[in-house]
Amino acid sequence: MVNASEKIQVKELSVTYDSVPALRSVSFSVLEHEILGIIGPANSGKTTFLRTLNRLSDLNPKLKSSGEVLIDEKDIYKKWNVFQLRKKVGMVFALPSPLPISIFENLAYGPRRDGVRNKTRLSETVERSLKAAFLWDEVKDRLNESAMKLSGGQQQRLCIARTLALEPEVILFDEPCSGLDPISTAMIEDAMRELKKRYTLILVTNNTKQAARVSDRVAFFLMGELVEIDQAQKIFTVPKDKRTEGYVSGRYG
Amino acid sequence: MIRLFKDPKFQEKVVFLFLFLATLIIIVPVVLVIALIVARGSSVLSWEFLTAMPRMGMRAGGIFPAIVGTSYLVAGTLIFALPIGIFSAIYLSEYSRRNALTRLIELAIVNLAGVPSVVYGLFGLGLFVLFLKFGASILAGSLTLGVMVLPVIVTASREALQSVPKTFREVSYSLGATRWQTIRHAVLPHALPGILTGAVLSLSRAAGETAPILFTVAAFYLPRLPKSVFDQAMALPYHLYVLSTQVPNVKLELQYGTALVLVGLVVIANLVAAVIRGYFRVKKQW
Amino acid sequence: MRKYYEFVVEGLIFASGIASIIFVLLIFIFLLKEGLMVFRDVGLFDFLFGKFWYPISEPPRLGILPLILGSLWVTVGATIISVPLGIACAIFIGEIAPGWLREILKAGVELLAAIPSIVLGFIGLVTLVPLVKKFFGLPTGLTAIAGSIMLAFMAMPTIVSIMEDALNAVPKGYREGSIAMGATKWQTIHRIVLPSASSGIIAAVMLGIGRVIGETMAVMMITGNAAVIPHTFFQPVRTMTATIAAEMGETVQGSEHYFALFAIGIVLFAITFLVNLLADLSLHRKPVRA
Repeated sequence: MVNASEKIQVKELSVTYDSVPALRSVSFSVLEHEILGIIGPANSGKTTFLRTLNRLSDLNPKLKSSGEVLIDEKDIYKKWNVFQLRKKVGMVFALPSPLPISIFENLAYGPRRDGVRNKTRLSETVERSLKAAFLWDEVKDRLNESAMKLSGGQQQRLCIARTLALEPEVILFDEPCSGLDPISTAMIEDAMRELKKRYTLILVTNNTKQAARVSDRVAFFLMGELVEIDQAQKIFTVPKDKRTEGYVSGRYG
Repeated sequence: MIRLFKDPKFQEKVVFLFLFLATLIIIVPVVLVIALIVARGSSVLSWEFLTAMPRMGMRAGGIFPAIVGTSYLVAGTLIFALPIGIFSAIYLSEYSRRNALTRLIELAIVNLAGVPSVVYGLFGLGLFVLFLKFGASILAGSLTLGVMVLPVIVTASREALQSVPKTFREVSYSLGATRWQTIRHAVLPHALPGILTGAVLSLSRAAGETAPILFTVAAFYLPRLPKSVFDQAMALPYHLYVLSTQVPNVKLELQYGTALVLVGLVVIANLVAAVIRGYFRVKKQW
Repeated sequence: MRKYYEFVVEGLIFASGIASIIFVLLIFIFLLKEGLMVFRDVGLFDFLFGKFWYPISEPPRLGILPLILGSLWVTVGATIISVPLGIACAIFIGEIAPGWLREILKAGVELLAAIPSIVLGFIGLVTLVPLVKKFFGLPTGLTAIAGSIMLAFMAMPTIVSIMEDALNAVPKGYREGSIAMGATKWQTIHRIVLPSASSGIIAAVMLGIGRVIGETMAVMMITGNAAVIPHTFFQPVRTMTATIAAEMGETVQGSEHYFALFAIGIVLFAITFLVNLLADLSLHRKPVRA
């Protein structure tokens, strides 16, 4: 793991919301083809961090950031075109967020905006993405039905497939299972283990057990600070910091 | 007896009764007016009335040119006001920040909505008829009515856009879409019912107004159809005005008939708007 | 290429965004451009407070006091009628009526709002005017009172719908809290709901008044159009709006009379601007802590 290349480098990243600090000088790296779990109580800056990575934070004028984030060694603010960045860094939101259009059109949304017009190519992309998110068999006969008709778990896998359609390299998961039942959760976790072979995954979760189940490494955030980052096993068994220990053992959260 | 009046429950009953009576005073005349127009107007309503030219100095014949004129005016109004109104709503909903300019635009919209219709007539006369030399014409009238209905369209469209969930926008951006792509593909389609409602309501408003077209387009008596947008035209509301105040000895039935057509048009437009609203409220899944 | 296209579209969006401001300015400019010309011949004071409106006499006398007072009488009358009725109706629809009745009543109010003013004017002319004549035993029914009644009906949809919105905006918890303390529904409405909705109610009344002042066709058809200073509700009056509508068609462009009609437009524009501004400020007022 030491030799694995660093996909994302975060250097002294600070973010303020309406001049209140949300992230305080956070520095660490995310390695290629790992699942990095980010845990921490509410308002610890996890989601803010995630939204900074694909610059969705730009949408909120009250958010101001300083420091550097490099993806593929290029600064996301200075060297990346924001639209290219967001294609490269896909995102799955906390609540299933299909657009109220057909399953096919949900999948095709990204590629179409990217300028893909060719129907055959779109169909291929849709099929490939749905297969990769383990949804193809369930929906292949009703691609033209509204995505709103799917169950919550299916919708969330649809959202994963939708980001895959853009052939990203990094996928951000923002508490992707918070509204789902255990079976759907297990399916999504399986999908994530499979996806990490080809992508780099960052999983923000409130559920420490989930972090333990799927992550290779885990970062613990508290009140905007990165308290500790290490192999998942170490975080959950021999954390270095007292605060980490308190959180993972359930003393606060 | 006096104790009864001090009993809050009894007081409440009395007050509610009065409130109900007040409501009746407003609603009953509406029903009566509609009933009267339908009852007396329907006696002249015929295919000929709708499709024939007026004859004998408008004392006989039909109202075809007025219907055509109003249709042209309404179409012209929407062609002009709809794009500006929708784009303006997009600006307010998707681009503007909470700042002085936004507040100024909002104030301007409120003010446009409150300008008396006859002042729109003066404005249209001054700007379109005389300054831009369009003359009294369908073009000048449409533009005048267009400015008048602009606030209706902007307000309805803005509300429709703002009711589209924020997540749609975030999803679209997260998939690499630009701002305009996001608006065009993830926001506008889902705001369309509300925008349509606003468009239909402004259509009904444009069809019913008289004062703004008095000096900008309306022809007193023109028993032929307009040939171009630079022609004058008859219009339903102005025709009713002329029949009821300017021409002596017109059969009252003709006036009721014209009123019926006008009210019918407006009511149908409002019903369509209500149906669109209702249909999409049921269908809406977020 | 795509960037260029988006640049153009976003330019159009911004241009449309400020279109409302531009149109308000254009209205103002064109009213001033024509209207101010009248003051070459008439002083501002004589124009506003001159007692005689004889635009086609030689020389013309262009005092609009009778017209201002005509508008004022009709507006005051319509306000007296429509405000209590409108508020009562809004309370009934918003707070008391059961769901099915509420929908019917709301549809009725919307229908009233949708009927073109020319149609109401015509119906008023053939029904209300004879009724007023008979009921009050007047030589003519074409009077300020007929206009006031008519306009009251045209203002009521505005008052009812905006006030109902204001009532709806009062948090449900306020009502529940009051009911839980043993107050009757009416006590709750009267002591809790109405005070909390007060700024919305003020806005509703202002906008209703704005509607009345600006109304043209109906008022022109049923107030009798006599440009004299009114002394009672039972005589014919002529409003500013009716004057413009009735006389613009017959005046010569560029004449003093023509300019004077535009000047009346300025006065109307200024009044409605003020009324709407006050209504809007009232609606956007920061909620005051009780």
